[in-house]
Amino acid sequence: DHRQARGTSINNSELFTLTYGALVTQLCKDYENDEEVNKQLDKMGYNIGVRLIEDFLARSSVGRCQDFRETADVIAKVAFKMYLGITPSVTNWSPAGDEFSLILESNPLVDFVELPDNHSNLVYSNLLCGVLRGALEMVQMAVEVRFAQDTLRGDNVTEIRMKFIKRIEENLPAGDE
Amino acid sequence: MAIFSVYVVNKAGGLIYQYDNYVPRAEAEKTFSFPLDLVLKVHDEKVVVSFGQRDGIRVGHAVLSINGVDVNGRQTAEGKDIVEYLKEPSNYPVSIRFGRARLSSNEKLMLASMFHSLFAIGSQLSPEVGSSGIEMLETDAFKLHCFQTLTGIKFIVLADPRQSGIDGLLRKIYEIYSDFALKNPFYSLEMPIRCELFDQNLKSSLEIAEKAGTFGPGS
Repeated sequence: DHRQARGTSINNSELFTLTYGALVTQLCKDYENDEEVNKQLDKMGYNIGVRLIEDFLARSSVGRCQDFRETADVIAKVAFKMYLGITPSVTNWSPAGDEFSLILESNPLVDFVELPDNHSNLVYSNLLCGVLRGALEMVQMAVEVRFAQDTLRGDNVTEIRMKFIKRIEENLPAGDE
Repeated sequence: MAIFSVYVVNKAGGLIYQYDNYVPRAEAEKTFSFPLDLVLKVHDEKVVVSFGQRDGIRVGHAVLSINGVDVNGRQTAEGKDIVEYLKEPSNYPVSIRFGRARLSSNEKLMLASMFHSLFAIGSQLSPEVGSSGIEMLETDAFKLHCFQTLTGIKFIVLADPRQSGIDGLLRKIYEIYSDFALKNPFYSLEMPIRCELFDQNLKSSLEIAEKAGTFGPGS
């Protein structure tokens, strides 16, 4: 079973880090503009997210989340663990309960990476924001995702901020009112 | 025990994949001399028996082939109208194969789309809030099992009523979809699935399900 074979990806995490790095540097060469690269990373992430969500749902036995807090827990404890092998902590809830932060102690994408001075606006891991946005859109949640802090840019921690915008009512699967 | 067919329906109700694994064919081929003792009529662009049931040829069966050559709707393979052809004494003796007409792809598309709407009605009819849509549809000849993912895709399996383990099979098909369709970057979401690896893996999972009778977790 090919899934059992890929089990713990310790032996190909280097390849993963290098592949992602090659992707980002090629985008930098192609677009020569940090803002544009950030946008492309988000788009790519989105295309990954809309597919990854099905793999996630097919493999984990997670059912529909009842509220945004449950969504946050599932993202941090199940999804991040499954795909990146890390478990960020969920903190900084807004009073309305519609916004929270994921604090990443480590980030497999940025092993060995240092941002040069001429790329101070580059959000290196922006792919992750797109992935989260795309995945949640497929389960009828519109969210905004951004990096609030980034160790690559000198901050102490890496913080992803997620904000719930609205429930997507079009094409709601039957039985989910 | 058998699994008859698999349908995959996208979020908008469009059929994106269909596979007939085992379709019981009750067919009868006979040689006839003029005049034909069956009454034929045209129905839905097919020539069907309307009267004269005998020897395994039943009312409603369609003309499938003439003299060994498959027909094309209401015409022979050479483009002659079948009813006219069978009125000519010079064309006899003739060998005709009758059987239950296969569903055309358009018919399957329509049925899938209709099921998509009925599925929604299932949850609307529910006296309880938050009911799912139709999960199973049962007749004396088959059971239709439907699994809708949180993203709105439906996996539908038609099987022998005594076949067990279909729930596990539906989850397995979801995994095969997420692997061999979605992880293929050249496959566009919501479009018809034309991936060989998907076909192959689906076929083997059907074989396993039929043999084992159950599809355990972690397979």
